[in-house]
Amino acid sequence: EALVINDPDFQHEDLNFLSRSQRYEQAIRKSSLMVVKLREYGIADPDEIYWFKSFVHRGRPEPLDLHLGMFLPTLLTQATPEQQDRFFMPAWNLEIIGTYAQTEMGHGTHLRGLETTATYDPATQEFILNSPTVTSIKWWPGGLGKTSNHAIVLAQLYTQGQCKGLHAFIVPIRQLGTHEPLPGITVGDIGPKFGYDEMDNGYLKMDNFRIPRENMLMKYAQVEPDGTYVKPVSDKLTYGTMVFIRSLIVGDSARSLSRACTIAIRYSAVRHQSELKPGEPEPQILDYQTQQYKLFPLLATAYAFHFVGAYIKDTYRRISGDISKGDLSELPELHALTAGLKAFTSWTANSGIEECRMACGGHGYSRCSGIPDIYVTFTPSCTYEGENTVMMLQTARFLIKSYTQVSSGQRVTGMVSYLNDLSRQRIQPQHVAARVVTVRINDPVSLVEAYKARAARLVEAAAKNLQTELNHRKSKEDAWNRTSVDLVRASEAHCHYVIVKLFTAKLSEISNAAVRAVMTELCLLYALYGISKNTGDFLQAGILTDAQINQVNQRVKELLAIIRPNAVALVDSFDFHDIHLGSVLGRYDGNVYENMFEWAKKSPLNKTEVHESFHKHLKPMQAKL
Amino acid sequence: VNPDLASERQTASFSVEKLTAWLDGGAEQTRMRRAVVEAIEGDPVFSRENQYFQSQNERYEAAVRKAVHLQKKMHEMGWTENGPEFKYIYRAVSGDVAFLLHRIFMRSISALGSDKQIAKWIPLATQYQLIGSYAQTELGHGTYLQGLETTAVFDITTQEFILNTPNISAMKWWPGDMGRSATHTVVFAQLYIHGKCYGVHPFIVQIRSLQDHSLCPGITAGDIGPKMNFEHVDNGYLMLQNVRVPRENMLNKFCEVQPDGTYVRQGSQKINYFTMTTVRISLISDEVLLPLMKACTIAIRYSVVRRQSKLKPGEQEAKILDYQTQQEKLLPQLAAAYAFHFTNSYLQELLNRGYGEVQKKNFNRLPELHALSSGFKATITQHCTSAVEICLRACGGHGYSLLSGLPSLYTKILASCIYEGENTILLLQTARFLIKCFKAASAGQPVPPSVTYLAAVKPGKCPAKNKLDFLHPDIYTEAYQHVAVRLTSSTAAKLQDLIQSGVKKHDAWNQCTVQLAQAAQAHCHYATVKNFAETVEKLETKAGIQKIMKHLCDLFALHGIFSNSGVFLHDGYISGAQMDMVTASYLDLLAVIRKDAVPLVDAFDFTDKSLNSALGSYDGQAYQRLYQWAQKSPTNKQMSPAYERYLKPLLHNTLSKL
Repeated sequence: EALVINDPDFQHEDLNFLSRSQRYEQAIRKSSLMVVKLREYGIADPDEIYWFKSFVHRGRPEPLDLHLGMFLPTLLTQATPEQQDRFFMPAWNLEIIGTYAQTEMGHGTHLRGLETTATYDPATQEFILNSPTVTSIKWWPGGLGKTSNHAIVLAQLYTQGQCKGLHAFIVPIRQLGTHEPLPGITVGDIGPKFGYDEMDNGYLKMDNFRIPRENMLMKYAQVEPDGTYVKPVSDKLTYGTMVFIRSLIVGDSARSLSRACTIAIRYSAVRHQSELKPGEPEPQILDYQTQQYKLFPLLATAYAFHFVGAYIKDTYRRISGDISKGDLSELPELHALTAGLKAFTSWTANSGIEECRMACGGHGYSRCSGIPDIYVTFTPSCTYEGENTVMMLQTARFLIKSYTQVSSGQRVTGMVSYLNDLSRQRIQPQHVAARVVTVRINDPVSLVEAYKARAARLVEAAAKNLQTELNHRKSKEDAWNRTSVDLVRASEAHCHYVIVKLFTAKLSEISNAAVRAVMTELCLLYALYGISKNTGDFLQAGILTDAQINQVNQRVKELLAIIRPNAVALVDSFDFHDIHLGSVLGRYDGNVYENMFEWAKKSPLNKTEVHESFHKHLKPMQAKL
Repeated sequence: VNPDLASERQTASFSVEKLTAWLDGGAEQTRMRRAVVEAIEGDPVFSRENQYFQSQNERYEAAVRKAVHLQKKMHEMGWTENGPEFKYIYRAVSGDVAFLLHRIFMRSISALGSDKQIAKWIPLATQYQLIGSYAQTELGHGTYLQGLETTAVFDITTQEFILNTPNISAMKWWPGDMGRSATHTVVFAQLYIHGKCYGVHPFIVQIRSLQDHSLCPGITAGDIGPKMNFEHVDNGYLMLQNVRVPRENMLNKFCEVQPDGTYVRQGSQKINYFTMTTVRISLISDEVLLPLMKACTIAIRYSVVRRQSKLKPGEQEAKILDYQTQQEKLLPQLAAAYAFHFTNSYLQELLNRGYGEVQKKNFNRLPELHALSSGFKATITQHCTSAVEICLRACGGHGYSLLSGLPSLYTKILASCIYEGENTILLLQTARFLIKCFKAASAGQPVPPSVTYLAAVKPGKCPAKNKLDFLHPDIYTEAYQHVAVRLTSSTAAKLQDLIQSGVKKHDAWNQCTVQLAQAAQAHCHYATVKNFAETVEKLETKAGIQKIMKHLCDLFALHGIFSNSGVFLHDGYISGAQMDMVTASYLDLLAVIRKDAVPLVDAFDFTDKSLNSALGSYDGQAYQRLYQWAQKSPTNKQMSPAYERYLKPLLHNTLSKL
């Protein structure tokens, strides 16, 4: 961090005052510098690179993201040694800047629907690439619009008259030297977006564009010179990359929500408003119960997601060792779990960031608060790397599969092992009544059990509804569709359980007693708030009684008051530097109002004392009327 | 027209044109609205095609240009500010004009000024000899008006008020039109006479020269910088240093400072509450319902144009609206748009009645009206804001493009949760009214009509026996009523307990605020469902329309129970088995309404220009429009300086440095 902050080359005007073109230009400038400096300093560890990069760009996307994050790694994992020789060093040295062109205008998450074609021509030993329809135009890839001169293009491979499914091809798109698009290539920027101003998300249309056979990434699948297709060994391997990227999004959910919480909580300690007690000075708005109720559960959520992100990363590291040894047994569960957690955490963080902004009232709406930026940068993660609803249904598919296994007498392991209990002890009203007393609302471990029971009930309900639909002789797909709302609920309950479980498990690892105490309070708040927001599930399943729900609601409010004195310290612990936070409201020193004024003076509309519109429009109108 | 969209229109179960006319309040209104929209959209000055490509400066300039041109247009068309066409003009320009605060300036003078003041200022403002703004909110204070810090000290010797911004948090902050345009503004300041504070009062203050538009002495003013939206509005800041205004510039319909410094109150200030109420209700239709209806139109049309994955093997990919999960996202939002449209009609009616009574100096209904408008403003803005966000996210990646129109609808509607009263505070105002009425009702005293139900606490259980029973409005309205009563009465009891156990009143209040806000929401939710059901009932004569409206009403009500199941299950009013019936009925309805989804948004009757969306056009050519529009982006037209300056050196020279 210090390396970047003290480097004058990385300074620039507040991005909020710049146009899109200027923001892109600043980002390119910094990215270029960053690459040079990373190598100057000899920074090579992925985590260090990540921190350096996120500090240079203040947590924002940049045009080389796809080159560094997708193009280079894909070359490493999917290119043959010969291809690596040809492309890797030029790409490493940025003679080649690449992007990863998968998404099309008409298809995103549903990959099989992609329409771009690559037809092999044995006569010339080339692939002919085409965008046959408007919907097949590549759309969204970052860095494609203006920056890249190469792209890894995903296309349906046709050889010997047959479609062999999606494969990856290295396609040059711009002339080296002039940077002009090559003949047969139409490429450009897709226009303004909600956020990602510094990213040139692009489109790419190909008309009979030919590339040599050797440009298909052929480490796994291959097309021989005569057009013979050689199948890859296993397609489960790509799961690994997906798990990894989705685990990054879980971490990003935690970080983005933490940033928003930091801003909202610091500002709520600085702003005074109205009166709590007649005659006394205006209190900090953080002293209002309603404000605490908005912010503290989100703070607890941010902590919970941190632990979840770390867990997935660790698990991935642990089992990726097994994978390289050819043991894929743990991958399906991790893959299914990560899909759901990606969706659960990004949805929650998405709305949480907005709640933080709302909690800052009018000033939250100003770009100076920094929260609008966090939101617009974060919100696409609900869509990219797998649309959230589709992700939830993937998790559901795994849950249903596990449930079916249990029903047929098999045992399941891992996070879904609670399903094993279902077959033995069908949840009956009488039985449930016996359970009720066992939930102790001040004991996280007991709350994990409550969440577990809820997940079990919802998985079972979804599975039964699915069976009912199937019994009506509906097709499998139709039945699945008609149950999908239930299935998503089941997945959500499962993910919620996993998160409460992981948070609770984390508590015992904390050695410092004071830290453990405050983390226990946050963990309880997270778990109890989740119950109070979903009382229906817990009541309907008979896990908790009316009286217990009242106690839960009451306990949530008590915890708010308990956490209140530590609230600012808890966000300070996230340790975001002011520059990284990019917020006038969330400044570490709390000097909010004077700095808002300083910030506003730099607004583009204030560049001149009298705006040109006065001379152009106002004055002539006044003369006429 | 895209065949995927055309097929949706062939199977409509009702006449779209009839529904449109009914929503407008008659075919004559529809005709007039379309004429206004056509006149405005036919005029290239009002085009919004480039809006998404423009910088803050460009958008501001365009808004001023449009505002000026609008004056000319209105004159040309023979439209007047009081004419029946006026309400459609704002809709037609989609709010994208300057000088909206100028109108608030005029309204506040008319409401708060004496006849003499009105005679002096209103003609000047009408002629645009001056441009007004309305400066209430400060850097440090918003909804809590008593906390404002700007001071106005009366100086007997010169018969002037001296206005000051005593510290940084007292700076006026946010007023629209004030950053660059306004020459005058109504400043709200604490009035001091002989060292005694008399509270917040309004003063007309000139801030810019009428000749060259430069700032007046003692004035510091400017634009507050970029926001999430409203970039066409120059929200401003204002700092006052010993700015003197004549005694006559204090708006003095209700209170006057006489030459010798005597402070005189006259007439009832209650009318001010009425003004606030009017503003809160009037923003619902333009700033909240229209964006939601547009968002529904865009998202639903796009969802039948986009096909993704297969529902049946061997068939074409399915329209995404055929997925239950997509229906579950969008159709409840559509139902909410209709529900709140009717709530708005109900509030308008209350307002008109209230206005009549206020004219007769009868202020009895004001507290009820004020409480209802606060609660509904809060619940409707909140509900519709999240509804628009759901529409945005339901459009996946393309929703994230500004060209979808959804991001700007969202960033605009979400401001409505804050202005004209922060929502949590408004809910607590409604809660205060509910608690008061509940106590009165329990003591057998009369209460206003909208809350008489609080007195009729009927213990018991929901009588529904199967899932079809939940399609009876009586059944679900009763359930909503039960919850509203339960939440209000239990919170009242909790407050009572705390106070009896020795907790001070204000502390007890703060400890119950989370529950109080929930009670207020439950009340508004109940009133919305009840009103929707009653509206449908009155529709008997209009076959076709009534049927589909009934479905929407059922969906709105059951979605509310489904997604707040806890409060209905609590105390067992609805049993677990009944909740499963609710869910089943609710999911069945999705499939029923699915068939009419496109006609239901067509009935909102937005032109393509007013939607300004590549995804939501009437013809459904979403992809073609997206592609063509993107090519017009400045990023594709201008040669980016970034290549020459940074990319080229990077591509060619960096190697030597590495």
